[in-house]
Amino acid sequence: MELLLSIFVESIFVKNMALAYFLGMCTFLAISKKIDAAFGLGVAVVVVLAITVPVNNLLFNYLLADGAMAWAGLGDVDLSFLGLICYIGVIAALVQILEMVLDKYFPALYAALGVFLPLITVNCAILGASLLMVEREYTFVESTVFGLGAGIGWALAITALAGIREKLKYSDVPAGLQGLGITFITVGLMSLGFMSFSGIAL
Amino acid sequence: MLRSTFDKLEPHFMPGGKYEKFYALYEAVDTGLFQPNSRTQTTAHVRDGIDLKRIMITVWVCTFPVIFFGMYNIGFQANSILANTDLVANEGWRAAIIAFLTSNNPASIWDNMFYGAMYFLPIYATVFIVGGFWEVLFAIKRKHEVNEGFFVTSILFTLTCPPDLPLWQAALGISFGVVIGKEVFGGTGKNFLNPALTGRAFLYFAFPSYISGDAVWTAVDGYTGATMLSVAANEGYAAVQNQLSWMDAFLGNLHGSIGETSTLAIAIGGSALMIMGIASYRIVFGTLIGATITVLIYNAIGNADSNPMFALPFWWHFVLGGFAFGLFFMTTDPVSASMTNKGRWFYGALIGFMVITIRVVNPAFPEGIMLAILFANIFAPIIDHFVVNANVKRRLARG
Repeated sequence: MELLLSIFVESIFVKNMALAYFLGMCTFLAISKKIDAAFGLGVAVVVVLAITVPVNNLLFNYLLADGAMAWAGLGDVDLSFLGLICYIGVIAALVQILEMVLDKYFPALYAALGVFLPLITVNCAILGASLLMVEREYTFVESTVFGLGAGIGWALAITALAGIREKLKYSDVPAGLQGLGITFITVGLMSLGFMSFSGIAL
Repeated sequence: MLRSTFDKLEPHFMPGGKYEKFYALYEAVDTGLFQPNSRTQTTAHVRDGIDLKRIMITVWVCTFPVIFFGMYNIGFQANSILANTDLVANEGWRAAIIAFLTSNNPASIWDNMFYGAMYFLPIYATVFIVGGFWEVLFAIKRKHEVNEGFFVTSILFTLTCPPDLPLWQAALGISFGVVIGKEVFGGTGKNFLNPALTGRAFLYFAFPSYISGDAVWTAVDGYTGATMLSVAANEGYAAVQNQLSWMDAFLGNLHGSIGETSTLAIAIGGSALMIMGIASYRIVFGTLIGATITVLIYNAIGNADSNPMFALPFWWHFVLGGFAFGLFFMTTDPVSASMTNKGRWFYGALIGFMVITIRVVNPAFPEGIMLAILFANIFAPIIDHFVVNANVKRRLARG
């Protein structure tokens, strides 16, 4: 239980997907102009991560890993080189379903997210979480907790960034830095603040 | 008479004049000395002698107790070390002047003051000149006014530095703080992080050996003394009590960054700011409450054998390290803090929670106030957003 709690807290703050690993930057920078849209996207990422990471964990442990297919009598088969393409497939299928659900029940959010919803498929934070899950050798329960925590951490970061950008609407940025330029600086300064957690070993 | 001199000079700085480019500089000196001539054009406004300039100058004046105690204390600590150990005085121009004019006697107020001034003033002058250069450059280029916010940034930055910080680093730190922390966003009031802390955090991560550790906190080369917070983290609460009493820590008889040592001096300046309504009492008390609750929780759940910081009581947390200085002068920066009154309580509580958490749980940083404030700066706008939205919802429900 304590281990699960520490994985959860660690994946939100210490190893924050956006501000410590800089994963999922394209969506992070593009959908952070409005707090509501950013929050909606954050929730979508939480949902996708919380489902794909454990599903990929099952996939890895029972099909892909070295000797994982022993249950089918194929003990000496190692399919781990197929990992990348399988994870992407799972993610793409899930995002498709999520898109249909949003379209039907939350049309406003669906319209706000626009093209970036299908782009979650290739969001490196999502794929990154699956790959990190394999690398850190999480069990099924651990990977569920990790997926949830990583999603919440990313959602927290994008919501905070959107808040700052709404505040920065009143700023007077030099012409050459307007738009993405100042956003990059903002994200860099935010991760300076998130350095407060670096070094915490739970 | 001065007024007429200014009036005579003014046309040169107006558009079309000889020194048109330097209007920002002229304007800064002029409105610094006199009431600005411009009047509010629209109908609704409040008449008050306090404008942004006066507020910033007030903050600057309120740091005076901290400055003078800081100078005295640098000298007192250094002279005590020289008197009680066999270390010799530093080499270099500072030490040469000090040796010429004083006798390094820790009992003499003049000797201590002078010693401290020889360390404080060069850093402050460097910070002021370099920071001022950037401020004026941006003001001229971007056509905004030179703002006294810079007075505050430079003194606050200086007071958070360790006494023997190399001057080139002070220049680098304030440059980062002023340019990246403030000017790229358009100047005072438009940034989202505290510029002084941004600069210091930059130095902290870029040159950790000059701004953290055991050797930098006194102005004597070769002397190592851990800060009380790292003593508390490594050896425990009892070791802290052996080395100094709570009263000593409160009055400031310990080494540390220039302006952080004396909680009393900080509280004098800080209370004046709170009474005048310049520093928000909501943030200050929010931070105190948040920190106290967090410490009590850690005291209750923590195992002091594995991590001695768990046992440190809250009244010690308040007087050690930069807590007091950050509390009164950094958290209350009106630009980077939350803007709503209710939000200020949450903002303060978040800082209180973070500073104690970093001190207790994070072994990488003995002190947490700087990063805690930067962290809370990040979340200040989102706190405001939720407070405003809750208010909107309540009023809608009322009909």
